[in-house]
Amino acid sequence: MQSEIIKRTVELFNSEEIVRAIGWRKGDFDYDLNPSIFKSSEDLEKNFVYNDFSSANLSKFLIKISQKEDGKTLVFLKSCDTYSFNSLLQEHRISRDKIYIIGVPCEENLDPSKIKAALGEDVLSMSCDGETVTVETLDGTKTISKSEVILDRCLACKSRKHVVYDELFGEEGEVLDSKRFDQVEILENMKPEERYSFWRTELSRCIGCNACRDICPACTCEKCVFDNRDSGVENKVATNDFEENMFHIIRAFHVAGRCTDCGECSRVCPEDIPLHLLNRKFIKDINEFYGNYQAGDDIETLAPLTRFDAVDVEPSIVKTRENVK
Amino acid sequence: MSVKEKTEFQPKIVAFCCNWCSYAGADLAGTNRTNYPANVKIIRVPCSCRVNPIFILRAFQRGADGVIICGCHPGDCHYITGNYYTRRRMTLLFSMLDFLGIEKDRTRVEWVSASEGGRFAEVMTEFTNDVKAIGPNRKLEDLRCKAK
Repeated sequence: MQSEIIKRTVELFNSEEIVRAIGWRKGDFDYDLNPSIFKSSEDLEKNFVYNDFSSANLSKFLIKISQKEDGKTLVFLKSCDTYSFNSLLQEHRISRDKIYIIGVPCEENLDPSKIKAALGEDVLSMSCDGETVTVETLDGTKTISKSEVILDRCLACKSRKHVVYDELFGEEGEVLDSKRFDQVEILENMKPEERYSFWRTELSRCIGCNACRDICPACTCEKCVFDNRDSGVENKVATNDFEENMFHIIRAFHVAGRCTDCGECSRVCPEDIPLHLLNRKFIKDINEFYGNYQAGDDIETLAPLTRFDAVDVEPSIVKTRENVK
Repeated sequence: MSVKEKTEFQPKIVAFCCNWCSYAGADLAGTNRTNYPANVKIIRVPCSCRVNPIFILRAFQRGADGVIICGCHPGDCHYITGNYYTRRRMTLLFSMLDFLGIEKDRTRVEWVSASEGGRFAEVMTEFTNDVKAIGPNRKLEDLRCKAK
């Protein structure tokens, strides 16, 4: 797949259809790929990688780049990334005519930290051939079944369908019937005290690195509320429980109704906090109260928090509904 | 005054009232000499949809035990549609607070019009009693703001 993609991209470079490409660049380790800009076909041929570790969602990088006047930018998007792309397009954050999209097929991505947890930290290289992952470590070669080390977000994949592309590698996928709200339901069925202690355990690990905010394709404000000194919630390490709670409630709320559930926030979290659960709770509530809505599915429908209905449910429903304890 | 009354927990309640309906409603409660608990501190906002979720969390941080948002009845907004947005936002926010294990009775949205002075007093009395029953805010407090 990687060689086919490179071949086609080099063609596009040579025909001057595109002037740069955004893709995944070889990192220090096989599993450590960096999102990066390729400005020439030579660079791309040498350093571009597309494999099971190409997890980064590249759509957010287009915000600045698509403002450039010099020509088209090529971007590789996996199926879940295309939802983020559409969402940005809907909010007029990117110019569609400056972008050439190659849809790349997505098998489940692998989670390097799960592999390390299973086989040890001293990993030299990792590779995957369909079912088994082969890992070279200092102690020799080890193997593990792929199904054990899939990224959490891919286990609850919502769609294999590319909702927007100029060119597609592989076959058109389908929207899946995922079980992504299961974990949210488990939490909803706990007692409030248990939920509180669950979230305290999780959120108390937050180191305030802001990676979840910076990676999020829906978080695109020029000036973020967390960077505003006057707001009193300035970008810094949380000093107590309240600040941790506040940051995460507000972060999730600011993308409510616009979050496509791409799962990047949880993937990049250095403390493995299940942040996607907060976003999914909002998505679940929106589906329940205001009808099913998938952000990025199409660019015509308004986001749920930017429209209303005269007969919407009252906020008191939070107290009276029976499906949440 | 008995000892019990003296030691009874007195919650701090922050009420965000819309300028056009609920604030005028509170005014009417005052001119009618209707009693409502002195625990309620009113903050006037131009419209209930001016209330940012951060305001609510900040109120809790600064020592509030309950936060209530009052606006015009849906359909009566001075700015035509403001309170419809409030309704959606606050439903989601309250649901999220509940998801994090914060008590549901600490937050409320009520629609109070300018002519409903009596209702304003009723709502405030009821809400204050609810918050009294669940006790001080411990889950969303900031000890630095309380050490004085």
